[in-house]
Amino acid sequence: MGGFLRGCRIINIRVHLSMSSTEIVNTFEIKNLGYKYPGNIPALSQVNLNIREGELVALVGANGSGKSTLLKLLDGLIFPSSGELRAFGTVLSEKVVDSGAFAREFRRKVGLVFQDPDVQLFSPTVWDEVTFGPLQLGIPKEEIISRGLEALKLLNVTHLKERPPYLLSGGEKKKVSLASVLSLRPQVLLLDEPTTGLDPRSQGNLIDFLLEWSDEHKVLIFSTQDLDIVEELATRVLVIGSDHDIIADDKPEELLSDRDFLLKANLIHEHSHRHKELVHRHEHVHDHGHHH
Amino acid sequence: MKGKSFLAGNISSFTQALESMVVTEDLCRAPGLLQGLDPRVKVITLVLFIILVGLAQSLPILILIFIFAFVCVILSKIPHVHFLKRLFIFIPLFTAVIAIPALFITPGVPLLSLAGRTIITEQGARTAGFLIMRVVDSLSLGLLLVLTTPWTKLLAALRWLRLPSLIVAVLGMTYRYIFLLLHTTNAMFLARRSRIIGGFRGGENRRWLGRALVTAMMKSQYLSEEVYLAMLSRGYQGEVYILSDLTMRRRDYLWAAFSVVAALLILGCTYL
Repeated sequence: MGGFLRGCRIINIRVHLSMSSTEIVNTFEIKNLGYKYPGNIPALSQVNLNIREGELVALVGANGSGKSTLLKLLDGLIFPSSGELRAFGTVLSEKVVDSGAFAREFRRKVGLVFQDPDVQLFSPTVWDEVTFGPLQLGIPKEEIISRGLEALKLLNVTHLKERPPYLLSGGEKKKVSLASVLSLRPQVLLLDEPTTGLDPRSQGNLIDFLLEWSDEHKVLIFSTQDLDIVEELATRVLVIGSDHDIIADDKPEELLSDRDFLLKANLIHEHSHRHKELVHRHEHVHDHGHHH
Repeated sequence: MKGKSFLAGNISSFTQALESMVVTEDLCRAPGLLQGLDPRVKVITLVLFIILVGLAQSLPILILIFIFAFVCVILSKIPHVHFLKRLFIFIPLFTAVIAIPALFITPGVPLLSLAGRTIITEQGARTAGFLIMRVVDSLSLGLLLVLTTPWTKLLAALRWLRLPSLIVAVLGMTYRYIFLLLHTTNAMFLARRSRIIGGFRGGENRRWLGRALVTAMMKSQYLSEEVYLAMLSRGYQGEVYILSDLTMRRRDYLWAAFSVVAALLILGCTYL
């Protein structure tokens, strides 16, 4: 299944890579990367890709395909079982990311927003949360305060500054999670299912914010199940297949118009309806009623 | 019916615990006497009063300290019922375990005799009274601190008092995640309640409770691993740094001066 799907999209991968062959600045370089959970359970296998400055990358795939694992690998929280992962030209390893100048710089440049905000929000108040990152990186106090206030203002959550995280709503928690990473002023933003649990209006606000945040030097990589936001936000889509490898790497408009591929990759599903004596089948995409 | 009351009772307890945490958070932010003080001054002065409670040798002084604590309750706009409920929830247990035996085993001048035998002595009654008043006073002062200081400010004060930053961070996270685990456990009980008709026998309930506890423990372990990764992701390298924005104002100095004078008076009355 994985091999067949890879064949379907390989031409597009080549086209995509050849288009950007001049002045490429790779933020991440991944070669033959594999990751296994304890018990030899595969989470990712044979992943090869480069991610460049200025890219807005969507990671899509069925549940359990390895999207969250890839984000944690890119953030240097876990390390490949095989292959190589380079960030800013340096091979990421436990030793390199644990301490020292590169570790400090890497943590300042790369921020990950976890899928579950309760994991992300471990400090007693929202203010402690947004200042946690800059404080650990030894940034001067005045700068920390200005960054914290700026991050709260960017996400419109200044009024929540003194609140404890357990008294926040789901949407507020998501915004504060993002603010807690933005206060690091990262160059690379990794978001794990950023729109899960958000109402359509908050989803729209988040997409607008991320589009405004991005520029030619920043990198946004987000995992999602929602093809609507892929279309609106991403400039590149990576599809992880059921064999935990990359089965497609393409532009959103190309990939989302390929219904056969989407069906085979379990990204959409086919509905069957009965109209009197006739059984009618059609593809089905979840639409959350949010259009620009 | 038994099963239903078991579930209903647990759900009610979890909900009460959650509500109590929210109420405490609101009280800490209310505009009152103690809420307006710097947490460092509050921690030092209230701990000083607790030490004085231990040193005091006179029952009237212990009663006076309780009256002082109750005046603080009023001036800090803490609902009396809420305060007294939280205070006296521990007293019966303490009285039964320590104070009541002291009534009967302390030798001295007879106070109550029955059939020619001394049941309670004056010294016994006095010892029991001291024990109870010391617990009431200490608990009142401790409650005043907790009910008028947001947990975050309390942690900042402890950090200022040179408590290791790792311990402060662990205390902060414990409080934060107790709330989350209460929510999770409450949801587990509600989910079970939604799927049963009638009830279960005691044995079945205990078996389910055991399984629920294991599930909650596994969830908390997963959560702790993920939280650690989230901390690493934002630069944590074994030492937690906390931003302190505590400032002393005129009223803090006034309260500190009042506390020192009161302490000297109590010590004077006790030892001079």
